[in-house]
Amino acid sequence: MNRKIRVLVAKPGLDGHDRGAKVVARALRDAGMEVIYTGLHQTADMIVEAAIQEDVDVVGLSLLSGAHMTLFVDVAVLLKKKGMDDVLIIGGGIIPDEDVPKLKKEGISAVFGPGTPCEDIVSYIKKNVK
Amino acid sequence: MIDKKELEKIKKERINWEKNCYDSLIKNKPEQKEKFENLSSNEIKKLYTPEDISNIDYLKDIGFPGKYPFLRGVHATMYRGRLWTMRQFAGFGSAEETNKRYKYLLDHGETGLSVAFDYPTLYGYDTDHPLSRGEFGKCGVAVSSLKDMEILFSDIPIDKVTTSMTINGPAAIVWAFYIANAENRGISKDIIGGTIQNDILKEYIAQKSYIFPPEPSMRLIVDTFEYGSKHVPRWNTISISGYHIREAGSTAVQELAFTLGDGVEYVKWALERGLDIDKFAPRLSFFFNSHNDFFEEIAKYRAARRIWAKEMKKLGAKKPRSMLMRFHTQTAGCSLTAQQPEINIVRVALQGLAAVLGGTQSLHTNSMDEALALPSEKAVRIALRTQQIIAEESGVTNTVDPLGGSYFIEWLTDEMEEQTYKYWDRVEKLGGVLPAIEKGFYQREIAQASYKYQKEIDEKIRTVVGVNEYKLDEEPDIPILKMDEKGEERQIKRLENLRKNRNNQKVERNLEKLKKAAEGDENMMPYILDCVHSYATLGETCQILRNVFGEYEEPVIY
Repeated sequence: MNRKIRVLVAKPGLDGHDRGAKVVARALRDAGMEVIYTGLHQTADMIVEAAIQEDVDVVGLSLLSGAHMTLFVDVAVLLKKKGMDDVLIIGGGIIPDEDVPKLKKEGISAVFGPGTPCEDIVSYIKKNVK
Repeated sequence: MIDKKELEKIKKERINWEKNCYDSLIKNKPEQKEKFENLSSNEIKKLYTPEDISNIDYLKDIGFPGKYPFLRGVHATMYRGRLWTMRQFAGFGSAEETNKRYKYLLDHGETGLSVAFDYPTLYGYDTDHPLSRGEFGKCGVAVSSLKDMEILFSDIPIDKVTTSMTINGPAAIVWAFYIANAENRGISKDIIGGTIQNDILKEYIAQKSYIFPPEPSMRLIVDTFEYGSKHVPRWNTISISGYHIREAGSTAVQELAFTLGDGVEYVKWALERGLDIDKFAPRLSFFFNSHNDFFEEIAKYRAARRIWAKEMKKLGAKKPRSMLMRFHTQTAGCSLTAQQPEINIVRVALQGLAAVLGGTQSLHTNSMDEALALPSEKAVRIALRTQQIIAEESGVTNTVDPLGGSYFIEWLTDEMEEQTYKYWDRVEKLGGVLPAIEKGFYQREIAQASYKYQKEIDEKIRTVVGVNEYKLDEEPDIPILKMDEKGEERQIKRLENLRKNRNNQKVERNLEKLKKAAEGDENMMPYILDCVHSYATLGETCQILRNVFGEYEEPVIY
């Protein structure tokens, strides 16, 4: 399989903090992945539609507003509903530790908080992409 | 300016010192790094001497505090006369919860209020709008109508305490809530004091909570300048902000250059409207970040004051009051670590000290837990105590601009000013501020700087204590703020009742009048005030303007 890993980096909801999402998008691109960045203010429908259209292997969600329990889960549920079960979903942002197990249960495989080296995200994706 | 002969002597001695002292030392033991750089990646020399500031004319370039070019401060007495305002940015959940937090902060010695709104409010949506899903009260307090504003400030003396509100896209409407609330409480518009952020340019550049396209947004802002200077004279109708530019990943120099560039742009738009510069300029205020590089931050504030004074003079200001730059500072949220959160207290203390040594008019010190969640009561109390220690114990308030005259600080101040003008030249070549935004110039500059910084941390070129060095195997647990889960339900119920019980015909009439005004070229503020007085909601009022003006969509750049 020579196809490059395709990643959708997405900003769900109204949150405008995009420093992290952009840095990660660029780091993944520099690591040889095909990266599509949605831009801001995406609904779950828009993100899932983009994931289908772009036929991605990974969806990376970034949120700093605190609405992750609603919005990350919305995306995960909708991806499953649309038959995108094999997409690896990861998340990042300001996410309290106690929310992480709950997110994992909903299908967000890993959560990367502030201070994560970009390399960790790259190697996680390479290891876990389906 | 230093005497030429004296300068020659210093130069000779400096060369001697380098040869006989310094060089032999580093031959035996090299310095820790080949090159020392500050946070903006500017090289810093090993030593600064009178040679580095030999071109400075004290009276012309530095001068005295409270006098042009205000490099040393905006008041003659600075903190000897009055301390800065201790103003903690706060807001979460419902208006009831946040009202309690404000009272707690005021009880603990805070001297001004600062409102953080939740995302739906920042985008002009009511809590019951579909796009508000999951966001209620998460990043700030929800204010959907005058009713919420009444609760938010109930039992708070808004005739005495000043309030800053971080609101941009719908700033005119939220300001109208505040004015209407004061009027209903029998407090005149002439005496209420505070600030609305109202800085849309930095939203396009960095923070991204914009609503309308640039032109109508600028019109709304000039409307508030005009209305404020006539009717709400103690209100700062804008807080031109570098804070969010920095948080988006810019360097200190970019923060300085882009923010002041935005400031000049606002003034030009107001002049074009025909406003008198000496009427509106005294109410322009600024807002900066205070990041980790101590001296760079101090130099940034000092340079900002001098550049602003010069530019305002060029733009035709006559009154000193129009030329002096007053600013608020907040310590850098993006510098806080989720790892070993308690050590953020130390970072914040240093950043707060830099802001004070730079002559800030008000200060927010971040809480240690902000890389994890909104601040807990304990964390915010420690943050407030940090500024109180700087104010009451450190002795730095005893004299004005204590670092003035430092060879290094004065050199760096000049250097940052020069780099600012270089950035302005580049923006000018792109056709000005708005074309530069449309072409993604700022966004690209910031994205590059933030990527470079992250790489330097990943590669351990820069050390972040607790993150890439001095790590713990097990991170300590700290308690996180819990919000009232019933808040959202209560808020939606309140909106429902409001829409049922108000005079809906009057609301319709007022919204219709606002629509007409927006389609024409009248000042919209009086119409917005009528709308909010009749309890039209934020979402309803904003929707009228959305229909007339359309919505902005940004170019995606990373």
